[in-house]
Amino acid sequence: MSNFIYLFRGGQTPDASPERMQTQMQKWMNWIQRLKEQGTYITGEPLQPGGKVISSAKKIITDGPFAEGKEVVAGFFMIRANGLDEAVEISKDCPVFENGGSVEVREVRVINP
Amino acid sequence: MSDAVNIPSLVDHFFRHESGKLMAVLTRVFGLSNLELVEDVVQSALVQALETWKIQGVPESPSAWIYRVARNRALDVIRHREVVDRLGSEWAAIQRFGGETPIDRLFLSTEIADSQLRMIFTCCHPDLPEESQIALTLKTLCGFSVGEIAHALLTTEANVKKRIARAKRKFADNTIGFEVPVGDSLKQRLDSVHTVIYLLFNEGYSSSQPQELIRRDVCGEAIRLGLLLFDHPACSDQDTAALLALMFLHAARFDARLDAEGRILLLEEQDRKKWDQTLISRGTYYLEESARGDSVSRYQLEAAIAAHHALAPSFAETDWPVILMLYDHLIAVHPSPIHELNRAIVKAQISGPDAGIAAIEAIRELDALQDYHLLHATLGEFHRRAGRHLEAAECFRAAIRCTESPSERELLQRKLDATVVSQNG
Repeated sequence: MSNFIYLFRGGQTPDASPERMQTQMQKWMNWIQRLKEQGTYITGEPLQPGGKVISSAKKIITDGPFAEGKEVVAGFFMIRANGLDEAVEISKDCPVFENGGSVEVREVRVINP
Repeated sequence: MSDAVNIPSLVDHFFRHESGKLMAVLTRVFGLSNLELVEDVVQSALVQALETWKIQGVPESPSAWIYRVARNRALDVIRHREVVDRLGSEWAAIQRFGGETPIDRLFLSTEIADSQLRMIFTCCHPDLPEESQIALTLKTLCGFSVGEIAHALLTTEANVKKRIARAKRKFADNTIGFEVPVGDSLKQRLDSVHTVIYLLFNEGYSSSQPQELIRRDVCGEAIRLGLLLFDHPACSDQDTAALLALMFLHAARFDARLDAEGRILLLEEQDRKKWDQTLISRGTYYLEESARGDSVSRYQLEAAIAAHHALAPSFAETDWPVILMLYDHLIAVHPSPIHELNRAIVKAQISGPDAGIAAIEAIRELDALQDYHLLHATLGEFHRRAGRHLEAAECFRAAIRCTESPSERELLQRKLDATVVSQNG
């Protein structure tokens, strides 16, 4: 078993009607519920929109290349799975895809395996 | 290894109803002439809730969570956008309550209810065109999007936008206050509120697209607004009670109106075991509540008719003479060719199809019903019962020509086919 991070990008629908929001919310709740029942889900946090990127030796501060639209990281989950393939398979049910979003799946590196 | 599975869930239509509450509360802050600003603040609070909760789960008190976000957002707007001069006079009054954040007071549950009541009276203001009243009610009080309203009212989004824009233009001239009327004007204003709720319910209940979930939602919203009204002592008069009775009694039949294939079933064909007994008893409760006054209104009479149908053990055992009497009374109180048509159906039930036809011919404003499919359908049914299949088929064909609704057409086609078979057989 290894731990994985799901980075959710995009999939926000700022113009959605309240009822559409309710439907989306329900889908996420169902998904999290399934992950919890499988013992897959560890934790998850949403991220505030915006933020800064600090780069180079000069410590130049910018709003970052990912400040708008579908590149915005909306939040992350930490889950456990048997390898990257399984982690990818599990992510395919994520409701973010229905609104044009994406999931980046990354394995948490363990220094002393 | 699995976490304890304990996820707070959201009640049905949570976002819609919170939207309605926030619209009402924030309109007290920003004033009716800033309705678009209010919409923006509400939308951003709802979006923030969705974006946070979908990853983190729903907090224990989701409403309180949203109110905090909306309150902070509103205060931000006030600080940064220098809209204070343009804010409603209410804002000055709120500030006089003192304290650091007088806005918090508006989020007390009693104040939320009061704000929603103000919103009801505002959306149903007699100076607004009827079409605007209904669209605006669905938008601001019920949290429907323009697209959903168009869908529910069988019109285009452009039309809905126009209707709402017309109301907003009216608000801009500041002649309509955001308040619950008092004294003499209350009764008259309450009448317009009843009319809008009644129209809203009919809009949802009309069988032209009965399979649509959204139409059931519209009926649910009409009932919710009626209950909100009834909770307020000044508005819980006998008409409010009667209107609630009428809506509950009709809503009780929702599940029985269609068969498994989604085809319309007439009252006679419905499986009465599918009628919702809880809703029927709520309906009769409000009917009794409405009987406390000394006058008789159209809502009471319509509710009483609905109650007789709802409580009859079978179609055959329905108390038709009493229902006929109620229709006579209803026509006296509120003359309408539609009521007269319904009365004719009852008349035929008691005295046979030819009496029904005679009753239809006696309708004073018969011309108004010339393009009404149910007039032709009813005449067709009477002729069929009297064994005149040729005339019956003619009427069913006329009825089909008068309706666009696929389910109505399907029902009429079934009747026509049956008539043609008997004719040949």
